[in-house]
Amino acid sequence: MREMVCINCPIGCNLKVYGDSEDSIRVEGNKCPRGEKYGRDEVLSPRRMVTSSIPLRKDEKTGIFEMVSVKTESAVPKGLIFQVLSEIKKVKLKAPVEVGDVILKNVSGTGIDVVATQKREQ
Amino acid sequence: MNKYRVDIAVIGGGPAGLAAAMSAHEQGIHPSKILIIERDNVLGGILNQCIHNGFGLHIFKKELTGPEYAQRYIDMVEGADIHCLLNTMVLNIDPKTGENGSSYKIYATSMKEGVIEVSAKAIVLAMGCRERPRGALNIPGTRPSGIYTAGTAQRLVNVEGKMPGKNFVILGSGDIGLIMARRLTFEGAKVHCVAEIQPKSGGLQRNIAQCLDDFDIPLLLSHTVTEIHGKERLEGVTITKVDENLKPIEGTAKYWPCDTLLLSVGLIPENEVSKTAEIEILDSTGGPEVDERLETSRKGIFACGNVVHVHDLVDHVTEQAYAAGRSAAEYVKNAECVKNAECVKKAECVKKEETENN
Repeated sequence: MREMVCINCPIGCNLKVYGDSEDSIRVEGNKCPRGEKYGRDEVLSPRRMVTSSIPLRKDEKTGIFEMVSVKTESAVPKGLIFQVLSEIKKVKLKAPVEVGDVILKNVSGTGIDVVATQKREQ
Repeated sequence: MNKYRVDIAVIGGGPAGLAAAMSAHEQGIHPSKILIIERDNVLGGILNQCIHNGFGLHIFKKELTGPEYAQRYIDMVEGADIHCLLNTMVLNIDPKTGENGSSYKIYATSMKEGVIEVSAKAIVLAMGCRERPRGALNIPGTRPSGIYTAGTAQRLVNVEGKMPGKNFVILGSGDIGLIMARRLTFEGAKVHCVAEIQPKSGGLQRNIAQCLDDFDIPLLLSHTVTEIHGKERLEGVTITKVDENLKPIEGTAKYWPCDTLLLSVGLIPENEVSKTAEIEILDSTGGPEVDERLETSRKGIFACGNVVHVHDLVDHVTEQAYAAGRSAAEYVKNAECVKNAECVKKAECVKKEETENN
């Protein structure tokens, strides 16, 4: 049995997950179906959303970078977080950027895209 | 001096201000009669630097990042053509104005327009909160560079693209501190520990799980920073265990080398402007005393969001701001009603309107 805190919402249910295979897993303590899924995933293959921000352009007067925030469209395998981050770091962006623009397709071969979460005008 | 005349002035263009303005508009106040005054160069407030996800589950039934949540309301406000003054800092609300239903006068300043005067029948205070700084903690030691509040570090990393250091210790386990522990780890820094003076963290359980436990960052409960070391730049901190009275226990001090200390030790509603209008401020919350309509001790001045008390979730801020926007709109409509010559008494007038609405 493993104890964990569900990270899906601010309630943070204390979960007890019994078993360690697809068929034998049983989740207790969850207040909603998302907790059930989280408990299962956490034991079978834990996943996390990754968010970051990357430079768009530099203001020559102030030397301050204008950044754009980005996220993976859904959770990626936990073990790939730092690989995903380093791929995101290499992306060169150009304005304009809209919320939801795909800035990196199929990051680290996960089949998941990285999208912009901030709007930046020309 | 430029002068604006509006029905409702909203002070602050963060989540509270945006929702209050939108709500007042939905209640029938013309967009040209609503004015949002924002001191930053963009709308959205602190959400712009909260690039992590977890916002909007209650309102949108979807997990959004801070900028995405903000953008939804910015789009609504811009779509409705509600007027906004950016880069404009409110200085004060003249306390002698606003008596007997007359307009309040707000004074603000901007690089573009200089000092401006805004006459408003009603005001919504939505200035949010600010972080407790080092000065509020009385930590002994030197005063080197390398000590930031967690929110300042968050702005540097996420909005300005600058890393404030390489080796971090975080004091206080508020949510911003926890979120920053992960964010800094993502950017290649080492977060050595998070020290929390209380026996229990002030942050959400899920943030301890996904921001600390995931990256093996120790959370030292009942521990606090008792000394700061370093002359020009921070070189390390002494962390000591505390007893049940939060007093350091002798013999438990440990030196932690680090170049940067982040403080995540609480938020305070930002009420300097409220005080200029001589509004009652509660000691218990640090925010204005409000009734169930979110009206402060001054008629026609409403307040919502973190300026009232610090909220855990932005969704709750939005809900409260919608209520405040509605109240402000009702107040303006009732005031107009009273002025109308056909209405002898305000009560009759309100009654008439209610029947019409039904």
